Amino acid sequence: MSIDIETARRVAHLARIRVEEGDLPALASEFNAILGFIEQLNEVDVDGVEPMTSVTPMRLKRRDDEVTAGGTPEKILSNAPDAREGFFAVPKVVE
Amino acid sequence: MTGALNELTIAEARDRLRAGAVTSVELTEACLAAIEGAGALNAFVHHTPEQALEQARAADARIVGGEAPSMCGIPLGIKDLFCTEGVPSQAASNILKGFRPEYESTVTRQLFGAGAVMLGKLNMDEFAMGSSNETSCYGNAVNPWRRGNDATALTPGGSSGGSASAVAADLCLAATGTDTGGSIRQPAAFVGITGLKPTYGRVSRWGIIAFASSLDQAGPMAKSVRDCAIMLGAMAGHDPMDSTSADLPVPDFEAALTGDIRGKVIGIPKEYRMEGMPEEVEALWAEGRAMLADAGAKIVDISLPHTKYALPAYYVIAPAEASSNLARYDGVRYGHRATLAQGDGITEMYEKTRAEGFGAEVQRRVMIGTYVLSAGFYDAYYNRARRVRALIKRDFDEAFAAGVDAILTPATPSAAFGLGEMADADPVQMYLNDVFTVTVNLAGLPGIAVPAGRDREGLPLGLQLIGRPWEEADLLNTAYALEGAAGFVSKPGKWW
Repeated sequence: MSIDIETARRVAHLARIRVEEGDLPALASEFNAILGFIEQLNEVDVDGVEPMTSVTPMRLKRRDDEVTAGGTPEKILSNAPDAREGFFAVPKVVE
Repeated sequence: MTGALNELTIAEARDRLRAGAVTSVELTEACLAAIEGAGALNAFVHHTPEQALEQARAADARIVGGEAPSMCGIPLGIKDLFCTEGVPSQAASNILKGFRPEYESTVTRQLFGAGAVMLGKLNMDEFAMGSSNETSCYGNAVNPWRRGNDATALTPGGSSGGSASAVAADLCLAATGTDTGGSIRQPAAFVGITGLKPTYGRVSRWGIIAFASSLDQAGPMAKSVRDCAIMLGAMAGHDPMDSTSADLPVPDFEAALTGDIRGKVIGIPKEYRMEGMPEEVEALWAEGRAMLADAGAKIVDISLPHTKYALPAYYVIAPAEASSNLARYDGVRYGHRATLAQGDGITEMYEKTRAEGFGAEVQRRVMIGTYVLSAGFYDAYYNRARRVRALIKRDFDEAFAAGVDAILTPATPSAAFGLGEMADADPVQMYLNDVFTVTVNLAGLPGIAVPAGRDREGLPLGLQLIGRPWEEADLLNTAYALEGAAGFVSKPGKWW
């Protein structure tokens, strides 16, 4: 599997990371080095092996469905780059 | 016992505190002075002296009251990955610049509840992604050790590089670390201290900035096996805030340290004998084997056939989880937001914010993770890696089922290397640092790095012991026997 510049551009966009056009070839080549390393996994016979979901088999605990936190909007907003009138503010989302 | 107060172990300090021979304020002041004089190591990146002294005074009152737990009054450094209320916690990333959590991580809450003192926050690789502390937004942390009289600055390892450097240079009595692929054990080995990664689920991950949630585990980095045992006791335990934290009793780890390992079965995995491994590492491993045999353990050769595939599986699973965990850094709720141009919409905000806020290695891993999870590749990469992970765990299960109590391996493939020496290498070369440690994360097992010798240039080398799940107490006792036999007492000469 080889990653071309177009794929690198698409992955950067999917990851929501701006990559300048001129940096794409180097990025594609780094991806290829890492993916080349990962390709070794194809040597392993994994027939009949379930993908691991949890390293320690344990049943997830359940709790009562009740409110345990909240009522602290000023704490929630205290680190926001832009908060106004009790809301997070962002650029226009809908045209 | 002589030496400055900041050079004490946790156990020594505890005993002196309880005897009234020293106060926590005195210990804390000694550490603060040592930190003040160690700017060249760039280990502490946020300093909290006032908070430290306040905690120390409270600890002293508690000790006088006579109900002080072992960690009471002990000055610690805290890795920047732990959220600490009101104190900058930014995972060494520009994207979290200015972030001051409104809450306390479970680990630090428990440590402070036990009376421990926080001196400040410690340097690390950005989002714990790295093996040399060179991806930090604060700049490199520096290893207090040097190659003989050569002044070349060496890496303290990573990602818990600041923790390693601070403990080795006696800036604190111990430090917290986290370990996703070797980030406690590799730096501990590079600076000649002891670092323990507990069983996955032993220590709560709540409030620790997430890298790869199925692999991340916090643990102690300290000056001795005993100190790791004491500190783990205060860090561990069930936490309803972390659904993967195990609801199991926390044993008295320190009480398990008898040093008697007669009849224990120690496995030596043949797959860890790597081509190109330095002779000194090979020799140290053989010495470790002999030490454990002399202590009465039975040494057996074992096979962990899928070892070779651990790093490639890790470099699918960890970036996949990271790409998902780090999606939260979007410039909306906390941290950095890029300055936008006229007409920029929300997508530009995300893309510019993340390009400015994340460093190169973090960007690379987020994108690799995005790729292996993307439509059409999920099965070929991610699901295959999870199947291989199951096989890696099965290898260990089979060894333990055959009666092995612990597994002895080298901790790292080399001693500490020079900062900048790997700059031109491709990323995979750096990843090879974790070749002996990463299997342990994939299998969720406890592992400990113990300093055991020095290379011909005088740099520390460590051995790793891997234990059965939930049997940290037994693992620590084996490590205690190894520590006693190895007798590593060297300290770096002070140049900073």
